[in-house]
Amino acid sequence: MAGLPSPINAAIAVTRFGLGAKPGEIADASADPREWLVGQIHKDGAPQPLSPTAAPFPDSATRFKDFVAYREAVKAAGDDEVKRKAAREALHAPTAVELLCRTQLAATTGQPFAERWALFWSNHFTVSVLKSEELAALAPSFEREAIRPRVFGRFSDLLRASSRHPAMLMYLDQAQSIGPNSKAGLRRAGGLNENLAREIMELHTLGADAGYSQADVTEFARALTGWSVGRPNQAAEYEGAFLYRANVHEPGARRIFGRNYGDGEEEQAERILADLAASPKTADHLARKLATHFVSDQPDPALVARLSDVWKRSGGDLAKVAEALATAPEAWREDAAKIKTPYELLVSGYRCVGQAPRDYGREVNNPLNTMGQRPLSAPQPNGWSENGSEWAAPDALIKRLQWAQGFANAYAPQDDPGVVAASALGARLSANTLKTIQRAESRKEALAILIMSAEFQRR
Amino acid sequence: MTQILSRRSAMALGVSATFFGGAAFAAETQSRKLVVIICRGAMDGLSVSPPANDADYLALRGPIAITPDKALPLNADFGLHPKLANFQKLALAGQARIAPAIAIPLRVRSHFEAQDDLETGGAALYGASTGWLNRTVSALGSSRPARALAVAPSAPLILRGPASTDTWSPGGKFNPSANRLTTILQDLYQQDPVLGPALAKGMAVEAEANMVNGASAPLKANDVKDFATGAARFLSNPNGPAIAVISVDGFDTHANQGAAEGQLANRLSSLDQVIGGLQQGLGEDWGRTIVIAVTEFGRTARINGTHGTDHGTASTMLLAGGALKPGGIIGDWPGLAPQKLFENRDTAPTLDVRQVFKGVLIDHLGLDRRKADTQVFPDSSDARPIMGLV
Repeated sequence: MAGLPSPINAAIAVTRFGLGAKPGEIADASADPREWLVGQIHKDGAPQPLSPTAAPFPDSATRFKDFVAYREAVKAAGDDEVKRKAAREALHAPTAVELLCRTQLAATTGQPFAERWALFWSNHFTVSVLKSEELAALAPSFEREAIRPRVFGRFSDLLRASSRHPAMLMYLDQAQSIGPNSKAGLRRAGGLNENLAREIMELHTLGADAGYSQADVTEFARALTGWSVGRPNQAAEYEGAFLYRANVHEPGARRIFGRNYGDGEEEQAERILADLAASPKTADHLARKLATHFVSDQPDPALVARLSDVWKRSGGDLAKVAEALATAPEAWREDAAKIKTPYELLVSGYRCVGQAPRDYGREVNNPLNTMGQRPLSAPQPNGWSENGSEWAAPDALIKRLQWAQGFANAYAPQDDPGVVAASALGARLSANTLKTIQRAESRKEALAILIMSAEFQRR
Repeated sequence: MTQILSRRSAMALGVSATFFGGAAFAAETQSRKLVVIICRGAMDGLSVSPPANDADYLALRGPIAITPDKALPLNADFGLHPKLANFQKLALAGQARIAPAIAIPLRVRSHFEAQDDLETGGAALYGASTGWLNRTVSALGSSRPARALAVAPSAPLILRGPASTDTWSPGGKFNPSANRLTTILQDLYQQDPVLGPALAKGMAVEAEANMVNGASAPLKANDVKDFATGAARFLSNPNGPAIAVISVDGFDTHANQGAAEGQLANRLSSLDQVIGGLQQGLGEDWGRTIVIAVTEFGRTARINGTHGTDHGTASTMLLAGGALKPGGIIGDWPGLAPQKLFENRDTAPTLDVRQVFKGVLIDHLGLDRRKADTQVFPDSSDARPIMGLV
């Protein structure tokens, strides 16, 4: 059976499925590595970042109001660059606070498999703070509101929550799409925006090679018209929240993949979304992506088939799929085939010394920007690459090395470097790497060697 | 609208290249440079080079049209977006041209499939799995050893493949030879098939970066113009790369695209800074350089309901460089009349990107024609190279 108690399996559980070992974590997992993973699967989702104050993090509607206030402030500021900059910084500050807390959660959590699972889905449903000032405000709340609570629920619910969240509706331009034959469309020049419809089919569900046509995309875009975000002129409860605008919904029945969807206002797109979520192509697409993310850039077809099968039999129950991954023999191969992403590397660095970053710009945003993975800033809607080898390009590796040296200078612990290495990598630590670490000329150099070792760069 | 047929006259000019003796031509091509700028997200050709005399343009575009009073003049038939000032200056000096209706071989509307096709140069979907610039390096082989560099932390698909290529991006000074850790890691990575070679190459490129950047202020990781400056410095190094790739993101303007100012204008301003930065940084090497800016596809001819445009087909390719021959537009302009639009929706392609790529590789870098048709762009003999651009 896969993942039976053994030193190597304990190390694999914590490093491959988790976020790198905190001191003592591999020992904790060694009694039952599989159960250590399965025990992190909770129906109510992945843990949430903890607000640093008594008040919870602001919800999307609040952040949307912040954005509206920012827009007013910019208008009032006119050409006053100082005031404009102050307004912009005020809008961005809560985002930086939340992204710091998110990184602190990753660095300290006792449920790192659940966190990795949440990060996978957050990246799958990419939104980016770089799209606009609205997104700069709302992207963290998207992950907190739409993604984290549902990552161990049904995929259909996760997909629905993502597709109706104001951040996604704005990120993929759905909020402004107008049915040409809707009441509003007939009154003025308005029209469809098919961005969200296309990316839901191509990226979020079926996959690019699923054989749908431009006509299918357009039909889905018509069905989605009306799914929008309340603006300040709306009733207060809709401002910055999902709002169905009946007057822009394209009337009529839709036909997608030869299936008919009768006129149904807001529910028409819901029915299509449900069918997309339930499609076997979606199961195959996501099974492959999960296997690629967790295990290998060239995933074992048996693993993909196993995950896809569980997905289909369970109706897309993500808890079942996570359990299938954690117990699949193919997922416990001894060699570490994947290179960590920059975020995984940075977080695992903090974990191995039992620390967490305190300054978002200096410790998180700037190094990750240089290493090519600034948080919630993927350049395109397909998110960050799941191909580990892309992250180990020559220049990227030099950037990792520069970061590792700076990090080690700041965080090298007083403990024996050999003990730190053994605690971070367990049975995955090779004799050669251990010997090299023990021969280092300083604790700082020892930690930099540990972080840059192949065992630590891989998982 | 007049149709400027560059192809026939260009082919006549192109013959001249074959009159170089093999050795003389090879030596002459040694110092030539090629820069490919990939504009990701589907750059709107109709805003890059608004067709000034197309009777349908203004009506199709409404408030996001680049109106004649705003456009920078290019020729009788086309203007340029007001943010493309560097490019326009070059065009007026005979060092820049546009291909206003060009497309990748595949008709797809997915960014990611289209970017894959643009970068692999495949005749069909998944027709090739390595990048065409990587295969160019292989095909040039020992006759014209060429190095290729991506100015990015990781190599884009266009450079991936069996031939060895480099990546470099701005981000703080680093002296690998004065760093003990690099020596230690070289030993530790001996058994690692990915990290070992990556480190060796990273160190070599970093050493080269130290040399070409000299004592100048460090380039910034968040400034696209600094990427161009970095590329120019590498290319100007006599033993440096001959080919460089830069990506400019953010062209997916589905909503509030803007016109002379706005979202797209900001991206075009970045692109123009990259082109200007290359010219400035390359100095006298500019005369031996061709720059190609290309996108995965264009955008719908009509404005959409959200003051933007959706995924289309043909777009504008920009060519610049001191090695470029002066001339009119490259390829034909199909016009924007309803019956002329591709699928009643997009600018119709009159040219395949591979035709320009192949022409430039053959004329400029001395690539063998047969290799261009089979190895660099597999199954592409139907896409006839446009000769005489260089």
